Amino acid sequence: MIATARAILRKDLTIEVRRRESVPAMVLFTVTVFVLFHFGLDRDTVEGDIATGVIWVTLLLAALLGINRLYVAERDQGGFVGMRLAPIDLTALWLAKAVALFVYLVALEIVALPAFDLLLLGPGLDGALPELLPILLLANLGVAAVGALVAALAIETRARELIVALLLLPLLVPVILAAAQATEPLLTGGQSPDDLAQWLGFLALYDVVFVLVSVAVFDFLLDE
Amino acid sequence: MNSVLFGKRLGTLAWVTAGLLLAAMLMVFFYAPEDADQGFRQKIFYVHVPMAIVTLCGFMVAGIFAIKHLRSGDRSWDVRSYVAIHLSIMLGVGVLLTGAIWAKTAWGHWWVWDEPVLVSYLIVFLLYCCYQPLRFSIADPERQSRYASVFAITAGAFVPLNFIAVRLAEQYTHPRVLSETGGDMPGDMRLTFFVCIAAMALLFTTLWKLELTNKHTAEQLRRLRRRLEAQA
Repeated sequence: MIATARAILRKDLTIEVRRRESVPAMVLFTVTVFVLFHFGLDRDTVEGDIATGVIWVTLLLAALLGINRLYVAERDQGGFVGMRLAPIDLTALWLAKAVALFVYLVALEIVALPAFDLLLLGPGLDGALPELLPILLLANLGVAAVGALVAALAIETRARELIVALLLLPLLVPVILAAAQATEPLLTGGQSPDDLAQWLGFLALYDVVFVLVSVAVFDFLLDE
Repeated sequence: MNSVLFGKRLGTLAWVTAGLLLAAMLMVFFYAPEDADQGFRQKIFYVHVPMAIVTLCGFMVAGIFAIKHLRSGDRSWDVRSYVAIHLSIMLGVGVLLTGAIWAKTAWGHWWVWDEPVLVSYLIVFLLYCCYQPLRFSIADPERQSRYASVFAITAGAFVPLNFIAVRLAEQYTHPRVLSETGGDMPGDMRLTFFVCIAAMALLFTTLWKLELTNKHTAEQLRRLRRRLEAQA
C-alpha cells in the first residue's frame, strides 16, 4: 500500500510542480484575505485574539481551495476507473491525497506566516515559532486527513464545491478551536501558553481518530 | 424480497409512548418541585435536555447502523440510519429553540456562547444538516446509500470529539462543575427527569418505526404497481 501511495503522491506532486494549480492559488488567496482584513477591520496591526482568528480562518479557507481540487484530475480523466481496475488497496489513494494536501499546507504556511507577520501582525512571530510549529503540524495533519476524506465524499455529487465547504467547516471546528486556543497567548506579546500540552493532546487525539475513521471507510467510496 | 412487517406492534408502542409522555408531563407540572434558584423556567429542562440526549444518541446509533450497512451490504440498514438522522435533525430544531427560550429567560439573550453544551450541539446540528444535501445530490441510489453511510460514520465519530473540544475551551475561561443535571438533584426531580428521558426515547422510537413502515409500504406499493403494469 505504501508503495502505491508513494507512486500516486509522486504523480500529484509532479503535476503540481509543473502546472502549479493549487499552492499558488492558495497563497494568493491568503495574501488577498490579509489585505481584506486590513480594510475590513480598519487596523494596521492586529494581535491577540483577533490575530489568531485572522490567521486560522484564513488558513482554513485557503485549505478549502486545495481540498476542492484534490481529486479533480482523477474524476475528469478517468483515474478512478483505473484505480478500481488495478489490483491495489484503494486506501493508498486516500493516503497519497492526504500527504499531498499536507505538503500543500506546509508550502502555504511557509509563505503565509511571514506574509502575515509582515503585513498585519503586531507582536512579531520570532519568539512564538518553537511553540507554533507543533500546533501547525498537528492542525495540518487533521485538516489533511479530514480534507482528503471529505473531498472524496463530495466528488460524485452535483454541487461538489458547495458540499465540500458545508461538510468540512463544521468538521474542522474542533481543530480551529484547539489551534486558536493554543495560538492566542503566543500572539499576545509572545507569552507562553500554560495549557499548550492540553491542546496539542487534543489535536493529536483528533488526528488519530480521523485517520482511523478515514482508513476504515475510504474503500467504500470507490467500490463499484 | 424482505417481507418483514415494520408495522408490527406499532400500535401498542404508540399507545405506550402517548401514556408515558402524558405521565411525564403530569410529573413535570405536579410532582417535581419548583427549582429554588431557577423557579418555573427550569421546567423547560425536562423537554430540552431529554430531547438533546435522545437526538445525540440518534446520531450515534445512525452511525452504528451505517457501519452495519457497509459491513453487510444490506440497504435496509442504510434506510434505518437515514430515518434516524432525519428524525434527529427535526428534533434538533426543537433542542435549539428550547435552549434559546431558556437562555432568553435566564440571561435575557436568545443565544449565549458560554454554554458549552449548547454550542457543541449547534456545531453537531450544522454538520448533520449537510447529510441530506449530500445524499440527494448523488444520483445513483446504490452509491447514494454508500456515501451517506460513510458520512454517518465520520459524523458519528465527530460528535464526542466536538463535545470534548468545546468543553475544554470553556474550562479554560470559566471553571465550572462538570455536571449540571446529575450531582445534587433532589430525588423527585431526578425521577421526573428520568421519566422524561424514557418518554422522549420512546417517542423517537415510535416515530422512527412509523417512518420505516411508511417507507417500506411505499416501496411495496411501487413493486405491486409495477407488477400490475407488466401484466396489463
